Amino acid sequence: MLDKLKKLLENIRQTQFVRSIFRMGGGFPRDVRQRMFVMLNNFFMHLHPVRIPKHAIKIKYTWCMGGLSFFIFLVLAVTGMLLMFYYRPTVEFAYGDVMDMNEQVPLGIMREIHRWGAHLMIITVWLHMFRVFMTGSYKPPREFNWVIGVILLLLTMLLSFTGYLLPWDQLAIWGISVGSNMAAASPFAGTEGPGASLLKIGSINFVHKGADARFVLIAGRFIGEAALVRFYVLHCVVLPFTIMIFMAVHFWRVRKDGGISKPL
Amino acid sequence: MSKEKVTRRVFVSWIFLGWTLFLACLGGLGTMLLRYLFPNVLFEPSQSFKAGYPENYAVGEVSLLWKSKHGVWIVRTAEGLYALSAVCTHLGCTPNWLSGEKKFKCPCHGSGFRFSGINFEGPAPRPLERFKILLGDDGQILVDKTKKFQQEKGEWNDPASFLAI
Repeated sequence: MLDKLKKLLENIRQTQFVRSIFRMGGGFPRDVRQRMFVMLNNFFMHLHPVRIPKHAIKIKYTWCMGGLSFFIFLVLAVTGMLLMFYYRPTVEFAYGDVMDMNEQVPLGIMREIHRWGAHLMIITVWLHMFRVFMTGSYKPPREFNWVIGVILLLLTMLLSFTGYLLPWDQLAIWGISVGSNMAAASPFAGTEGPGASLLKIGSINFVHKGADARFVLIAGRFIGEAALVRFYVLHCVVLPFTIMIFMAVHFWRVRKDGGISKPL
Repeated sequence: MSKEKVTRRVFVSWIFLGWTLFLACLGGLGTMLLRYLFPNVLFEPSQSFKAGYPENYAVGEVSLLWKSKHGVWIVRTAEGLYALSAVCTHLGCTPNWLSGEKKFKCPCHGSGFRFSGINFEGPAPRPLERFKILLGDDGQILVDKTKKFQQEKGEWNDPASFLAI
């Protein structure tokens, strides 16, 4: 009976159907080399390390904060996509749609997961950074990955900032008023920033309220519908796309720079 | 088929030309993309507006008529009128006029400004700005927000910042 079952499995494994999907033919790996090839010949497996050193699963050392940050990012990506089905980024509908997400939409908790997840991701990213700093894991050969990490931190904060406007409530509008006014203070690019007054010919200013960093951010002189659409596109397309590219490089460098750092 | 020999010099020249053109195109594209982000037409209230007749404003009162649309308070004193910008000089929120306490109070971080627009409490580093105010040919008040006057620069002495009645 068992022999027949084994033979059946072997026959299935030899079919074109299985062999075309699994490049190794789906056979069980029998030695270290075959086990390695299982990892290398499958797209989803190759994202994982071929072997995991014992120290890598020491939770006391890594806190798993990088992994948790990535996990929360995935949660935010999925819940964010679900929220997009119900949200319209217009002055007329935005606030009502967000209220509906809480009260009318099935699984109204989806919006709360997205919101709390966003708060949590900021915390885990900071804790991850703290852990990497305290364990000295930013030192060569990992120094460039620290730089990518700082870019990822910045992108996380920008995602958090752009998402803040979307509910279109008082907190959102004043939060973004304050935030975008900071852009007006950037050197040379903002009206109130240092050096901006130097960029002029005669009495013609090149950097003014109708053409500076703040203006480009909110597409106007006030926070209005144009700003809402701009932040929506940044939050849902531009920044997630950018952060995914940097995350890919970040994870790849973790592997290539000698794997997850270990206790000395 | 002719077998022309491509020298290193010719090859490098072509590569150089190619890269130069490519980078020039990339720079042009980048410039266009940046320009694309600056809209030509804004669907916002005009930067200058008519604010009715001076008689409509009571002496000693702050008018909230134009606050939500234009972000301007028109203040009437015994001497005349001035247009105060409703943008907090701290981080740009919109303060509220508290008529009981005779002050402008910003809800964001608590900056306070007196009737004149001068800051006296909270984090605001300088007084509220005033806008150009004048009397139009039809006798109505005209406020021009493209020209601002800052007290700390001594610009409130400018006659255009104040409409004497």
